[in-house]
Amino acid sequence: MNITVTLIGQMAAFVLLIWFVNKVLWGPLNNLLAERQKRIADGLAAAEKGKHELELSEKNAKEALRKAKQQAAEIIAQSEKRASEIVEEAKNNARAEGERLITAAKAEIEQEVNRAKEQLRAQVASIAASGAEKILKREIDRKAHDDLLKDLASQI
Amino acid sequence: MSTSENSSGGGTVEYIQHHLTNLCVGDCDPVTHKATGFWAWHLDTLFFSIVLGALIVAVSWRLGKNLSAEAPGGFQNFVESIIEFVSSQVKDTFPGHNPLIAPLALTIFLWVWLMNFMDLIPVDLLPVIAGLFGINYLKVVPTTDLSTTFAMSLTVFILIVYYNIKIKGVGGYLKMFLFHPFGKFLVPVNIVMTLIEELAKPLSLGLRLFGNLFAGELVFLLIALIGGTLATGLAALFWLPLQVVLDLGWLIFHLLIITLQAFIFMVLTIVYLGMAHVEDH
Repeated sequence: MNITVTLIGQMAAFVLLIWFVNKVLWGPLNNLLAERQKRIADGLAAAEKGKHELELSEKNAKEALRKAKQQAAEIIAQSEKRASEIVEEAKNNARAEGERLITAAKAEIEQEVNRAKEQLRAQVASIAASGAEKILKREIDRKAHDDLLKDLASQI
Repeated sequence: MSTSENSSGGGTVEYIQHHLTNLCVGDCDPVTHKATGFWAWHLDTLFFSIVLGALIVAVSWRLGKNLSAEAPGGFQNFVESIIEFVSSQVKDTFPGHNPLIAPLALTIFLWVWLMNFMDLIPVDLLPVIAGLFGINYLKVVPTTDLSTTFAMSLTVFILIVYYNIKIKGVGGYLKMFLFHPFGKFLVPVNIVMTLIEELAKPLSLGLRLFGNLFAGELVFLLIALIGGTLATGLAALFWLPLQVVLDLGWLIFHLLIITLQAFIFMVLTIVYLGMAHVEDH
């Protein structure tokens, strides 16, 4: 095998081809692959982060729900208590009012009775006086016997 | 296929010899067409290897213009798979990082594979076409020319020596010859052994590829002869189908061989250069 210009030519072609392949094929495609690899890695990391965040927010939501339920229960209990208090208060008020009304009515009745008694007394006195007049068949000095008649009427 | 069509004298030996002769211009023997001096241009070897190299560049160029990271097309996927294959080979076998190694390996794989692929084109097709234009000798497979295989292996060898000296320093490189593999008590043996080891690298690289492809081409020629010389008249009815079957079989098998040889050349290049990068060899 001789060292010929063909050998040198092929070596030159080989070196040039390496340079070209590096420039037009390996370089661009390798960059592309590296870039894609990075993007995929980034995407996976983002997905992982999203998953983590989802977990976190789910936990938060659960916590918030639990708190809200607890608060609602508290509010319901409070309002129930308040309602029973209001009912109790209303009952007491009603009872007091009723009692007051009864007392007032009783007082009025008493008053009425007294007034009726007074009227009756006066009427009885006048009836008694007129009766006595008729019985005695003569004029009696009304003024002289007024005290007596009043006394009589008060005894009725 | 007949022998008289292509060879000057006729007969199987001339047919084969004719097919294995380069189109030599310059310092060439006028009878045997072998190179006799430095200025011997094997025009067919140079032409086909450069055309195939240009094909790689042109296709890469076109591909590079519409690269898409999001939606790679079919061809881009195919090329990406080749690149990832070469890339993983380099990562697996090459220690450290050198931006030259991967493009070098990729170039070797693609170029050698394409040049080997010329072997699968019917042996008489291109020489006959060339004959129509008055070119009487044409060897279409550049890797069946020692100039091509040694051009690559010598380039690799130069790189091996360069990186050995760059990584280990001149002293370190010479020390390797003195004290490897048997230590400091057998220095003369070491020199011979290491010298042989180092020289065997480019030699085996170049000869392995050349031998495989040359033999493959030879088998193709022999298969082509079955229908060509043995078949006359009615006998052709028997010999031609045999030729077709054998040719198909060898084509399929050779497809494996050309890929394997391209792969071996690439991997050994990576390994040799990897050895040159390792301090403690």
